[in-house]
Amino acid sequence: MKADPKGVLTGVHYLDGDHACAEGALAAGCRFFAGYPITPSTEVAERFVARAPFVGGIFIQMEDELGSMAALCGASWGGKKAMTVTSGPGFSLMMENIGLAAMMETPCVVVNVQRGGPSTGLPTMVGQQDMMQARWGSHGDYEIIALSPASPQEAFDYTIKCFNLSEKYRVPVLFMMDECVGHMTEKVVIPKAEEIEIYPRRLTKKPPEKYWPYEFGEDLVPDMIVAGDGYRIHSTGLTHDERGYPVMSPVVQNKLVKRLCEKIKKNADDIIELEEDQTDDAEIIVMAYGITSRVALPAVFKARKKGIKVGYIKMITIWPFPEKRVRELAKKVKAFVMPEINLGQVVLEVERCAAGQAKTYHVPHAGGWVHDPEDIYHVIEEAAK
Amino acid sequence: MQFWRKPLDADRIKVPRGEIHVVRDRCKGCGFCVEYCPRDVLELSKEFNIKGYHPPEAVQPEACVHCRLCEMLCPEFAIFVTLREEVATIES
Amino acid sequence: MNQANANVPEHPMEKLLRMERIPHIWCPTCGIGTVLSCFIAALEKFDYPLNKVAVVSGIGCTGRVAGYIKLDSFHSTHGRAIPFATGLKLANPELKVVVFSGDGDLAAIGGNHLIHAARRNMDLTVICVNNFIYAMTGGQTAPTTPLTANSSTAPYGNSEPPFNLPLLVGSCGAVYVARWTALHIRRLTKSIGEALNKKGFSFIEVIAPCATLYARRNRLGTGLDLMKFYHDNSEIKHGAPLEELDIGFQQKIIVGKFIDRERPTFLDNWNNWLSQKLGDKFVPYGVAPQQVPLRKAG
Repeated sequence: MKADPKGVLTGVHYLDGDHACAEGALAAGCRFFAGYPITPSTEVAERFVARAPFVGGIFIQMEDELGSMAALCGASWGGKKAMTVTSGPGFSLMMENIGLAAMMETPCVVVNVQRGGPSTGLPTMVGQQDMMQARWGSHGDYEIIALSPASPQEAFDYTIKCFNLSEKYRVPVLFMMDECVGHMTEKVVIPKAEEIEIYPRRLTKKPPEKYWPYEFGEDLVPDMIVAGDGYRIHSTGLTHDERGYPVMSPVVQNKLVKRLCEKIKKNADDIIELEEDQTDDAEIIVMAYGITSRVALPAVFKARKKGIKVGYIKMITIWPFPEKRVRELAKKVKAFVMPEINLGQVVLEVERCAAGQAKTYHVPHAGGWVHDPEDIYHVIEEAAK
Repeated sequence: MQFWRKPLDADRIKVPRGEIHVVRDRCKGCGFCVEYCPRDVLELSKEFNIKGYHPPEAVQPEACVHCRLCEMLCPEFAIFVTLREEVATIES
Repeated sequence: MNQANANVPEHPMEKLLRMERIPHIWCPTCGIGTVLSCFIAALEKFDYPLNKVAVVSGIGCTGRVAGYIKLDSFHSTHGRAIPFATGLKLANPELKVVVFSGDGDLAAIGGNHLIHAARRNMDLTVICVNNFIYAMTGGQTAPTTPLTANSSTAPYGNSEPPFNLPLLVGSCGAVYVARWTALHIRRLTKSIGEALNKKGFSFIEVIAPCATLYARRNRLGTGLDLMKFYHDNSEIKHGAPLEELDIGFQQKIIVGKFIDRERPTFLDNWNNWLSQKLGDKFVPYGVAPQQVPLRKAG
């Protein structure tokens, strides 16, 4: 279905990543926001609350991030598309209820505008240090989807994609921005509402007597309801069966948890998006995401000028990790080079999937600023030897 | 009930009579209903239910006035009272 | 009379219970079943479509209530029932959202959410079953455990004074604050009815017996013995000053309705102020359920 024109600020704008993200949420139909201020993500909340009264949305600044994430789960069950924003320290606090959202299969979007960590770290400076936490942050076995934008335009476009994926797969989707993209101001083109594709909430068509909240079909994703529509369902964070009732048994645990993971893994091809350039005959592949994907470009161009066959992959989807593609490429290429503003997170996945068939070089950066493209170039050179 | 004299509206006031239903196998023998029935209708029976508890039984069923205190007090939803068709007037 | 044949009618509360899950997990002589019974009795008199009533609970013995009541019910994480309910209510203001949780869930880990929801006057009805202990996990000290009482994490006696919940919630701005025991079934049912009909943050504390943990660890007998204690030691004092409502170990319990006032809710404030400030361009949010006049008991 198409976007609701009320929330779409069609036109050509000069926005920073945070503001573009808020606009993306409104365009996607998000009308509920519960959050807690934290640098550098606060502008998303500020933009949303400034616009919400004019589009029929509601904003509540909760008392902490724990409450924000719980409110998101409740709001989603109340029928609204819901979003929150945070950064590293708040992300840690939200983990409990991200797990609840994953367990109850609640669609929602959590934006993490990453900053230098750990702990209070560098509140106003860039980092990309929560990438593994996005995947493994909450306890237990579950899968989530995480996307990463590299520009304010992408912050707009991919926020919409986040909402669509979360509705389609009934899973919390984490939008892993970084402070650079969040605070960078660039041209953002917001199209007309009819040009924006929205995946609607997958509400069941079954009548209440025939509906079980966690019965699923081929795609392993159950259909949802809105509280108040007469279905009188029960949903719990405890291990539950298809009726939603808690059942303490290893058989049910196996069935449920496997499905929560399989529904993402099985549909990975639909979820994963990568932008590739000259990867067909590449010897070295440079993989990056977020702001680093732009910072790596001068290094890639310089290396190509010098005759090194460098392929370039910009990762839009970080989780689920594009295992298949990396394994495929590992058979052909000599090495992967991954610059990240952390001391080695997503590169561990690359290394795992390369499985020794190609070498993996990491270009670390402890945080606070972006890489110097020269440093990335030197590693490419090293890899090409 | 004992009255010094017959109340003037005795023929208009009807005291309801209730019929006690015990869902025996749901009872956990807590004794709330026995303790707090205002008419002492109930006692814990000597028999066991399927879980080994002694469910209540109405030892003075005619005394029940359908107050439904037992029904609301029971934590197990194991006892309830229905209104009997006939109602009795106050005995003098 | 025995439920032996099909001619015998079913328990009148069965239509609001998930019968496939009865008998419930609560211990013999536990008071939570009684509180649930009073809640269902209040719902039966509540003049609002029951499809639009949702129950949210947290973790703990009382938290299991959501699993037994046949309404849209949500069993969320420990302490987060109130923010979950906040989100649910704000997303769908037509819903009547009831939070049913325990003293530890609401006042310890959930304490921050409790005071802020009261401050904001979120339109929620909170039923806090206070059994003075963390029962489900084996009997640890709760923020409502009386001074000197025994618990598994205070095996020689609790050295922390407890919260006075009506004082806490009342001073944060709740519009309806009452306390009853599980024995005061009719008054509790009436109170729940009033709270359901009241717009704003309503809080009812229900002192309930916990046989297996609180009573056993403090050698107080069974839940029936605790009920007898409530019978002999509770005093109804409507409107009593909140500061006088402390509960000591095996001391007098003052019950009653303490606060019943009017304050605009969160959504009232949002809508009223923003429409004043922004005029016609403001899109008002949600349809808050109109206050339904309390039906006369009958």
